Amino acid sequence: MNLIDRYVHRRFVRASRAAEQRVGLAAGIKWALRYVFPDHWSFLLGEIALYSFIVLVGTGIFLTLYYIPSDSQVVYHGSYALLQGEQMSEAYRSVLNLSLAVPAGLLSRQVHHWAADVFIASIVLHLMRISFTGAYRKPRDVNYFIGLTMLMLAVLEGFIGYSLVDDLLSGMGLAIAYGVALSIPGIGGQLASLVWGGPFPGNSTFWPRLEIIHVLIIPAALAVLITLHLAMIMRQHHSQFPGPGRRERNVVGTPMWPAYALRSIGLMLAVAGVLFLLGGLIQINPIWQWGPFHPYLSENGAQPDWYIGWLIGALRLMPNWELVIAGRTVIPNPFWGGVAFPLFVFAVLFLWPAIERKFTGDRRRHDLLDRPRDRPIRTALGAAFLSWVVIVFAVGSTDRIFYRLGINYTLQIHVWRVGIWVLPILIFFISGSACRSLRRSGMHPLRAWQGLVVQRGADDSLEMLAASPDGAEPPVTEQPVGTIPGREFEE
Amino acid sequence: MSSDEPTPVSRFAKALGVLVALCAVRRAATSRRSVRPPFPPESSLDPSERTVPANRRAETLVGALLLVAAVFAFAFTVLYVALSGNTQLLGIAMGGALLLLAAACIVAGKFVVPQETHVEERDPLLDEEQTEEVVKMIEGGGDGISRRVLLAGAGGVAGAALVTAAAAPLASLGPTLGALHYTPWARGVRLVDDAARPYLAGDIQIGSFYTALPEDRDPESFGAGLLVVRLPAQFIHLPAARRDWAPYGILAYSKICPHAGCAISLYRYPTYAPTSQVPAFTCPCHYSTFLPGEGGRLIFGPAGRALPQLPLMVDGDGYLRAAAGFHEDIGPSWWGVHRAQS
Repeated sequence: MNLIDRYVHRRFVRASRAAEQRVGLAAGIKWALRYVFPDHWSFLLGEIALYSFIVLVGTGIFLTLYYIPSDSQVVYHGSYALLQGEQMSEAYRSVLNLSLAVPAGLLSRQVHHWAADVFIASIVLHLMRISFTGAYRKPRDVNYFIGLTMLMLAVLEGFIGYSLVDDLLSGMGLAIAYGVALSIPGIGGQLASLVWGGPFPGNSTFWPRLEIIHVLIIPAALAVLITLHLAMIMRQHHSQFPGPGRRERNVVGTPMWPAYALRSIGLMLAVAGVLFLLGGLIQINPIWQWGPFHPYLSENGAQPDWYIGWLIGALRLMPNWELVIAGRTVIPNPFWGGVAFPLFVFAVLFLWPAIERKFTGDRRRHDLLDRPRDRPIRTALGAAFLSWVVIVFAVGSTDRIFYRLGINYTLQIHVWRVGIWVLPILIFFISGSACRSLRRSGMHPLRAWQGLVVQRGADDSLEMLAASPDGAEPPVTEQPVGTIPGREFEE
Repeated sequence: MSSDEPTPVSRFAKALGVLVALCAVRRAATSRRSVRPPFPPESSLDPSERTVPANRRAETLVGALLLVAAVFAFAFTVLYVALSGNTQLLGIAMGGALLLLAAACIVAGKFVVPQETHVEERDPLLDEEQTEEVVKMIEGGGDGISRRVLLAGAGGVAGAALVTAAAAPLASLGPTLGALHYTPWARGVRLVDDAARPYLAGDIQIGSFYTALPEDRDPESFGAGLLVVRLPAQFIHLPAARRDWAPYGILAYSKICPHAGCAISLYRYPTYAPTSQVPAFTCPCHYSTFLPGEGGRLIFGPAGRALPQLPLMVDGDGYLRAAAGFHEDIGPSWWGVHRAQS
C-alpha cells in the first residue's frame, strides 16, 4: 500500500466510525452496498425516468428564477425584431426574455422541455414493461398504483408547464382545457370558474396559481411518491426474469458497489448528456414564432406535446354527441374525449391487477417475472388495449397526415371511428397466436440449460467440455421456471 | 552538453521509468487474483461469481475520458463567458462533458472494478406472528371502553365536519356562474378590427373572413371575437327568425368554437361555385365545421351545438353594429349553457 492509499484508507475508517458512533449506520451501509440489482435492459427504463426528473428539477429551478406569472398586458421592446411593439402578457414576455436575452436561458428551457418529453416517455415504456411481464402482481401492486399516480401527475405537470409560457399555442391548449373542465356534468361550470378565477381566459390570480402548481405542488408530490416508490422497491427487492439459479425467493444480479453504482451513475450522466445535446442542438417549442395569445386568435396545424396527443385524438374522433335533458346539457361533448376516455384508460390500468386476480385465482406473491409469450391472454389483451389507445393517439395527427399526404381528413376520421373497434380485436388475436407459436418454437429459452457436455474419446473415456462444440442448446422441455402450477391464466 | 553525461533531468526520467515498471509488475501480479469458479461448477444452481478484471488499458481509457470530459466542461465555462448566447455550442459542451463522464463511469463499471454476480435471499415479508401482535396491541388500546359505536360515530361526524370546513374556502376561489353567460356584445356596439378601426359594411368583401372585436370593450373577453363574412344571396338560407340578421349579406358569428373554445380560423369559400362545396368555417383544433349561410349549422366534427350567430345592422354612416346581443351562450357547452331555440 502506498502513501496515498494508506491516507485514503484512514479517512474511510474515520468516516465510517463517525457515522457508526452517531447513527449506527454501518449495518445499513453494508446492506446498501451489497444490494443486488438484476441485470436486464428493460429495468433501466424506470431509471431513465428518475434521472430525467432530476434534470427537470435542476433546469426548472433556473427557469423559475426568471419566470413572471402575470397576465398584465405589456408592450414588447426586447431583442426579437418581429415582435417589437406587440402587446402581450408579462408571462410571455418573461419567457421570451429568458429565451433570447438570458445567457444559457434558451438552453435550459429547451433541455427542460426535452426532459419533460423523455420523462413521460420513459414512464410509459416502464409501465409497458411492468404490464407485459406481470410485475404489478403482489407484492408490487401498491407500487404499481403509485407509479400510475405519478404518470397522471406527470402528464398534468407537463401540460401546465408548457401552458405557463402563454404563447398562442399554449393559450389554445388552455382554451381546450377550459372547455374540457366546463364539460364535467353538473359541476363543470363551478369547477372551471374556480380554477380560472372566472370565465376564460381567467383573472389575474390564474397565472400565479398555475405556476405554484407547476413548480411546487406537483413536483413535491412527485418527489414524495418517487421516494415511496424507491423505498418499496428496496424493501421488496427488484423482480427478476427466471434464469439459472433464480428462484421466487432470491434475487440474482450485480451488487450496488462498485459495478452497479458506476453503471447507474453512468446512465444518469448519459441521460443528462443526451438531454443537453437535444436541448442545445434540436429546437423545441420556438415560442417567439407563435406570438402572444389572445382568445380571438388561433393558429392552424397546432399540435400539443406528444403525451397530450391521445386526448386531442379522442376529442377529434368523438362524434358530435351531446346529451341534453330538459334544457340541461348533461354531457357536453368534450367530456367524452377529454375526461371519460383518460379516466377509463387509467381505471382499467388501476383495476387490472384485481381483474387478473379474479380470473386466475392467483393471490400469491410473485417475484419472478413472466415472459409476455408465456401469458398469451394477458399479452393479447394488453396489446389490444395498447393499440386502442395508440390509435386514438394517432388520430391526433390526422390533420398533419392530410397536410403531408393529402389523405382526406373527414375520410380518415370516418375510417378510424370504425377502425378503433376493429383493429384492437385483430391485434388481440394476432398477438395471442404470436405468443403461442413463439412458445412452441422454443426460441430464446427461459433459462440456460443445465448439465455437463461430455465427449467420448477414442478410448471410450469421457471428456468434459466447457460448451457444446457446435454451440447448440437443447430445447426447453420442462415447464419454464416461474409459471404458476395449477390454474393457468390462459386456459 | 554531452549526451552521455547523466543530467538531473534524465536521472529523474529514469527513476520515473523504474517506478512505472514496478507499478506495472505489481499490477500484473495482483491481476492473477482473478477468481473464476472452477469448471465444472460445484452447484449448477449457484450463479455467484466474482472476477477482478485488473485491466490497465481500461484504466487508461477511463482516465482519458475523464480528462476530455474536463476539457468539455471547461469549454462550457469559457463559452458562457465569451459567447454568452450560443445555445448550440453550450449544448455541445455540456452534453459532451456529461456523455464523456457517463462513458468513463460505464467503462469503469464494466471493465475496471470487480465484476460480481451475487445471490441475495429475499425477505419473506409476511410474518404472521408479528401481524397478530400488531392487531392485539392496537385492539388493546380500546380495553375498558364500552360505548365504542358512540365514540366512533361522533369521531366520524367531527372529522367530516372539519373536512368540510377546511374545504369551504375553496368556494371563494371562483366567482358566480353568471359570469359564464357574459359577452361584451349588445345592441349598438360597433364592430372594430384588432387595431380598433371600425368596420364599414363596404369593407367586408365576399370570399374572405374578418375578425371583429367590440368597440371600447375588453377584447380579451372570451366572447369578444367575431367572424364576419359576406355571402352572395344564393348561399344564404337562414331560418325565418333570422331573416334580418344579415344586412347586405354580411353575417357575424362568435369566433369561439362551441366545442372546446378555440378560435375558429379556417374559412372555405368556393372557388368555382357549381362544383365546390358551400362556404364553411372550420376550427383548427378539432375540425368542427359550420355553415355560415345556414345559421352556423354543424356539418362535420365533434361540436355539439351550432355556431352562435350575432344579429347585425348597418348604421347611418355605414358602420357595422350589433343589432342585439347573442341569443344563446358562446363558447363550450356546460351544464347550464343557454342553447339556441331550435
